[in-house]
Amino acid sequence: MMAAAATAATPAVRRGLRIDSRFVPLVGTLAVFALAAGYGGVAYTGFFSAQVFLNLLIDNAFLCVVGVGMTFVILSGGIDLSVGSVIALTTMISAGLVEHAHWNAWQTIPMVLAIGTVFGALMGWLIERFRLQPFIVTLAGMFLARGLCYLISIDSISITDADYTAISQARIRLGDGASITIGALIALATVALGVWIAHATEFGRTVYAIGGNETSALLMGLPVARTRILVYTLSGFCSALAGVVFTFYMLSGYGLHAVGLELDAIAAVVIGGTLLSGGVGYVAGTLVGVLILGIVQTMISFDGTLSSWWTRIVIGALLFLFCLLQRAFEGRSGKG
Amino acid sequence: MMRRFSSHRLFWPFAALVLLLAVNAVFNPGFWQLQWRDGHLYGSVIDILNRAAPLALVAIGMTLVIATRGIDISVGAVVAISAAVAALMIGGELVVKDGVQTHVTRYPMSVAILTALVVAALCGLWNGLLVAKVGMQPIIATLILMVAGRGIAQLLTGGQIITVYYAPFFFLGNGFLLGLPFAVFIAAVVWATVHLLLTRTALGLFIQSIGINPAASRVAGVRERLIIVCVYVFCGVAAGVAGLVISSNVKSADGNNAGVLMELDAILAVTLGGTALTGGRFSLAGSVLGALIIQTLTSTIYSIGVPPEVNMVVKAAVVFAVMLLQSPEFRSAVRGLVVRPVPGAAR
Repeated sequence: MMAAAATAATPAVRRGLRIDSRFVPLVGTLAVFALAAGYGGVAYTGFFSAQVFLNLLIDNAFLCVVGVGMTFVILSGGIDLSVGSVIALTTMISAGLVEHAHWNAWQTIPMVLAIGTVFGALMGWLIERFRLQPFIVTLAGMFLARGLCYLISIDSISITDADYTAISQARIRLGDGASITIGALIALATVALGVWIAHATEFGRTVYAIGGNETSALLMGLPVARTRILVYTLSGFCSALAGVVFTFYMLSGYGLHAVGLELDAIAAVVIGGTLLSGGVGYVAGTLVGVLILGIVQTMISFDGTLSSWWTRIVIGALLFLFCLLQRAFEGRSGKG
Repeated sequence: MMRRFSSHRLFWPFAALVLLLAVNAVFNPGFWQLQWRDGHLYGSVIDILNRAAPLALVAIGMTLVIATRGIDISVGAVVAISAAVAALMIGGELVVKDGVQTHVTRYPMSVAILTALVVAALCGLWNGLLVAKVGMQPIIATLILMVAGRGIAQLLTGGQIITVYYAPFFFLGNGFLLGLPFAVFIAAVVWATVHLLLTRTALGLFIQSIGINPAASRVAGVRERLIIVCVYVFCGVAAGVAGLVISSNVKSADGNNAGVLMELDAILAVTLGGTALTGGRFSLAGSVLGALIIQTLTSTIYSIGVPPEVNMVVKAAVVFAVMLLQSPEFRSAVRGLVVRPVPGAAR
């Protein structure tokens, strides 16, 4: 009896520890953000203003939207390298439809969202149906989407449509002279929706289950195949939505838009505390991850003496730190 | 006899290359023409060989990494770093001394090249330690250097394109030996050395066994971690050599654009050559063939007058085709379509 109680207690203690350790990366992320903001406020004049922090969201709205989709992909144990080029393709198709085919914004936006969603769904289907590696499928998707951009036009197409310009320039006042764009609002809404999907729907719980242990998820009778295809579909949709936000932000379509954005998105997700082995992480963490990337950029531009390439080095260093932190808390039972 | 040929693992990459070369010969009658000019061979084929050399070098390093179930997406950044180090240390200017024009370098060229390769090896060591000692997933471990490495390369070059003014350095990427581009010899020597090392010692077997089953090979006494670190170091050095060849070819180093997307081309070359991304069985010769296929494809697209930007769509189509052909599920699905499926047997 005593022995039975002891063996029953041991796993309970371990589980308690593991739940704690799951929050550690997220706490670390918040601490880094607070530290960076605090340092910025002390070191640079004018840093602690509402607009500076709102600008973090405005300038990185598209990254935030992409990051939500990427969080789900990484939670399921996969990766999506095509997101940057899907953004570029979305800006290009939007610009082509609006400027050359004279569609209006309300026809164009659903169209590009549908294209991105189908693109993601196709990649998900290839990955699931033929047991292909997500890395190589989405890599091919990345080549394809960028190539398709150039089939539309090699040059940048600027958008002069009245609706697009109006949405792009719209500012919602938040008092104190601070304001926010529609793109930033879309980003916040996407994060909220992402949190809800991850924690309150069957789909979200299945994603966590697949990332934790695919065989167990399968044996539990969870719809693994359908969920995996949906994960990439969701990521495709988020990329297209980010493309729409990016179109508002840049008011142009160009095949070289958002080059390398997939790396920033992965970095934001990792810094946001999601484990790359899948199964552990938070959509809200990704928002903080995006804000950290943004604050690094803002601090470097506030400083003025540091060149732009320091951004990359600092992001690399942050990635390294967070990966080490993850390894430390993944424990021996981690999948490695 | 035919069956023996077609079942050889290099049959399909080889067939693809032959097909591409044939397409070229049809569209461009002058494709196979070789001329002897200025003491070396001249022609489209030689050009393809010369341009494929850096990619083949990177692909050889990548093959070994992929064989151990790893991946190295930092090679493009290592190419940029190595090019930046070499260009910075050589620099060079034309000085007229005693009426004779001589090239003066900041450091001797051998020192510069050696330093660049040591730096590249250190980059590989960093990746290897993160993968083998810290236990990170290879794609993430190398992502760190991929993101930071390009920043470091730009830091070294000060965000500028550094031009090299030292003629002997240009020999690496533009010189000719025995009528053939020198870069081809570099790639050939690296390939031959690695091939001998892997087939004449047990190293090739060890690498393969790590890729097939890391735990079993560790239990069997293979020094898994040491070999993985060595493989990443070698991949770094191979990328470093490629960086030297590229910077010598364009006579400059550009921290921002040198080796961009090279990691993807190298992975594509390895996959085309029949090495599965899941590790295990690998083929160095296949990866070299893959690099040649990619370069020939690029040249074909240029020569038949299609806009070069379409290249990416063609590459995507090639990747899709290759990975589907490699997937057992796809093969059995196709077989199911050709041979009537038994009801209920299909997934």
